[in-house]
Amino acid sequence: MNFVVPDFYPAAAEIFVAVMALVIMLASTFARSIARSLSYYATQFTLIAAAFVTIFTMEGEPVYTFSNLFIRDLMGDFLKLMIYFSTAIALLYGRAYLADRKIDKPEYYLLALLMTLGMMVMVTANHMLPMYIGLEMMSLALYTMVAFDRDSARSTEAAMKYFVLGALASGLLLYGMSMVYGATGSLEFSAIAQAIYNEAANRTVLMFGLVFLVAGISFKLGVVPFHMWVPDVYQGAPTAVTLMIATAPKLAAFAMAVRLLIWALFDIAEEWQTMLMLVAVASIVLGNLAAIAQQNIKRMLAYSGISHMGFMLLGLLAGVVDGDRHFALNAYSSAMFYAVSYVIMSLASFGMLILLSRAGFEAENIDDFKGLSRRSPWFALMMLFVMFSMAGIPFFIGFFAKLSVLQAVVAAGYFWLAVVAVLMSVAGAFYYLRVVKVMYFDEPVDASPIHAPAEVRVMLSANGIAIAALGLAPQMLMSLCAYALLGSL
Amino acid sequence: MTDIPLLSLAIWVPILGGLLVLATGADRNAPLARMLALAVAVAGFVVTLPLYTGFDTTTSAMQFVEMTSWVPRFNINYHLGVDGISVLFVILNAFITITVVLAGWKVIEDRVAQYMAAFLIMSGLMNGIFSALDGVLFYVFFEASLIPMYLIIGVWGGPNRVYAAIKFFLYTLLGSLLMLVVLLYLFMQSGGSFSILDWHQLPLPIEPQILIFLAFLVAFGVKVPMWPVHTWLPDAHVEAPTGGSVVLAAIALKLGAYGFLRFSLPIVPDAAHELAWLVIMLSLIAVVYIGFVALVQADMKKLVAYSSISHMGFVTLGFFIFNPLGVEGAIVQMISHGFVSAAMFLCIGVLYDRVHSRQIADYGGVVHTMPKFAAFFMLFAMANSGLPATSGFVGEFMVVLGAVQYNFWIGFIAATTLILGAAYSLWMYKRVVFGKVANKHVAELEDINAREFAFLGILALCVLAMGLYPYPFTEVMHASVNELLRHVAVSKL
Repeated sequence: MNFVVPDFYPAAAEIFVAVMALVIMLASTFARSIARSLSYYATQFTLIAAAFVTIFTMEGEPVYTFSNLFIRDLMGDFLKLMIYFSTAIALLYGRAYLADRKIDKPEYYLLALLMTLGMMVMVTANHMLPMYIGLEMMSLALYTMVAFDRDSARSTEAAMKYFVLGALASGLLLYGMSMVYGATGSLEFSAIAQAIYNEAANRTVLMFGLVFLVAGISFKLGVVPFHMWVPDVYQGAPTAVTLMIATAPKLAAFAMAVRLLIWALFDIAEEWQTMLMLVAVASIVLGNLAAIAQQNIKRMLAYSGISHMGFMLLGLLAGVVDGDRHFALNAYSSAMFYAVSYVIMSLASFGMLILLSRAGFEAENIDDFKGLSRRSPWFALMMLFVMFSMAGIPFFIGFFAKLSVLQAVVAAGYFWLAVVAVLMSVAGAFYYLRVVKVMYFDEPVDASPIHAPAEVRVMLSANGIAIAALGLAPQMLMSLCAYALLGSL
Repeated sequence: MTDIPLLSLAIWVPILGGLLVLATGADRNAPLARMLALAVAVAGFVVTLPLYTGFDTTTSAMQFVEMTSWVPRFNINYHLGVDGISVLFVILNAFITITVVLAGWKVIEDRVAQYMAAFLIMSGLMNGIFSALDGVLFYVFFEASLIPMYLIIGVWGGPNRVYAAIKFFLYTLLGSLLMLVVLLYLFMQSGGSFSILDWHQLPLPIEPQILIFLAFLVAFGVKVPMWPVHTWLPDAHVEAPTGGSVVLAAIALKLGAYGFLRFSLPIVPDAAHELAWLVIMLSLIAVVYIGFVALVQADMKKLVAYSSISHMGFVTLGFFIFNPLGVEGAIVQMISHGFVSAAMFLCIGVLYDRVHSRQIADYGGVVHTMPKFAAFFMLFAMANSGLPATSGFVGEFMVVLGAVQYNFWIGFIAATTLILGAAYSLWMYKRVVFGKVANKHVAELEDINAREFAFLGILALCVLAMGLYPYPFTEVMHASVNELLRHVAVSKL
């Protein structure tokens, strides 16, 4: 038995984050008096430093290591950078919120870091096993964070629901993986693809496995019919945690979809595309219609998130038409652009909820936005940007996200899908308009000034302006997405 | 030609100026916001003047063209240019913006900076629509212009403003999103180009042409608005503040009609010929039926709103009879309607500011207390009913002539508008202005002040000038209209 020392260099960022997580854990045990701010700043430092590590160890070509369990490629790097970025912003938004509720324990930041590490493992997995480990690492950290306000019955209930359904989804995913293993004899993505290409796989078992994989991915993305947890968890979790769930994990789930479906199972794309089509249409319809009925803005954003993820799936299902693959890059990079845009908008929308909340008051009803344009014209304008961007109105980034996905769908010849998507966007516009309506047309019921730390104000303004600026000049982000995917396909 | 990017200036001076006005913030700075807004509006108008003086009337090609790559990933370009059809609307729009700023000068006291900024930004965006030569750029301006209008109706509107604002937004969004799908289809068919001029040359089979035509019909028909998708307009007009009604009637309604000229006719000419009967039928229904609807309105603003729909029916009729008289007449009608409907809404605004009622029944005998105002109102009501020597006559007469050339009975039905228009405009005028002084509100009315005199006077001059000597307007559009009709006559199958 010969033992080969693996190449650790490509995994430098993961190792760095893991080590820092342990260091922060130990340090906050010993330095109790300053543990809170220590762990917060150390976590932020780790995220920023991890971005530098990722950038400096970046290589153009895909690199495999740890016996092909791990892959380092541009798509993974790009998504990891976006994950650090959105986690760091989410922590920044959430800090004062947690402190107001006396739940800003050092463990919170540690869990956030572990969640990040889980997502990093997910996006760099080249094998079912690390994919699953990363997924569980992320999910377990998130379950705990949802329950972090342990005296709140609603949070506990949400965490329980999330945990039970999440465990079920993990079970489905594992079952699917085992079937794919049974059909192809491998857990490594490229080997699976090879086996299917050589027609060495048992189709029946493979199809069964595929159904379970799609179910698992759908759960993590939160799309119909695996969406039931989304509104309850978004509503029940402390807003700072909702912000976490609604942002970076969507990118990780996107990476999971790309690795599992496009890398491993590309040769049966026609099959999973049909499944995704059903899932996407159902999500867009249900998400947009259900959101109209919501009074709680966290639930409304949850349903809107369901429809957005459905829209993103439209991009993933437009890649292969009648065995013709030359649409693939265009379609998948559109989906990735959509996911990244959604994360940016989602950060700002939940950030606004945190901005309006204060000690003893949760901003979570649409009516809490009443008259915001009188209380704070500037932040009302920022929320206006976010809402119109989510509705897909130019000049905001959401428009170009929709445009690029629709363009991929039309190029693939699915006109009816594009028409359904735009008709539902009109329904969707209604509830976004309602938020703008209460902000601008109604008189404030709560005249107290906005109470939020300076860093949150600055970051939220930057976030809102970014939504407009990226809508004016979307080219850079679009081509980054295309370039990152090009290196990975 | 000059090297100054005139069209960019026409778009961005009002938008950036609007942001500057927005930055003046709270209402304690309202006088500053007003002055700044007026300065920006005037500057925005001044930069459009060289578009007319420098315009080459001998060519139908796009002029003042600007072209920069915007989103290379999808080959989207910042491609601007105007021809004889669109140049007048840019100037009209910039001009109307000045009157809107003046009209809101005293009346708007709440969130003044935001009000002025919304109108200025709206004006810039609409200039963008008229000068965009790239499909996505057009769409972007087209959609973005909904945002300020939504806020204008919703924030400064009447009691039922929320309903009207949301209805306005969703109706228009529905149409324009279908258009987006068509734009993407054309992008694919043309091998990756969003250039409207490329699409003009793109051959297409008849089935997709029909579908594209129908999608455009919904998109632009809602905006025009054509019967039966017109119901948002009376609501929006009634609830909007005066300035909002003016911009809606004078400019925003023209966007739909302009869309027919820039998209429907040249991109899918065969479908346009094939389905001309449909558009002509809808237009005639608008002209006659909506004319009758206007007759029975008790609310002045609603009356003018329905009269706008009726007049716009005339415009779409003119486009789809495919002869130069019809198309030129329709464009003249659009510009004339821009002046006349703006003036009508401003007149109603003048009354509303004093009495706070738009009901015809609340007035009577206004001429005794406001003689100067009554004279202006008379002129505009006459122009609205198409009296010769006012601008309203020229366009209607040309379209009726064109329609008679095309088919006598269509021309005949269309000509009934001259009677209906006179009936509803003058009957309303009679009830509001003549007779005995109806109540103490009317008795206490004060005549128009210098500011109101200024904007009504300028509009009156425009209406008369265009009615007496329309040549400067028709001269500009002549080459482009002929080229358009020549292009539409050639099959793309």
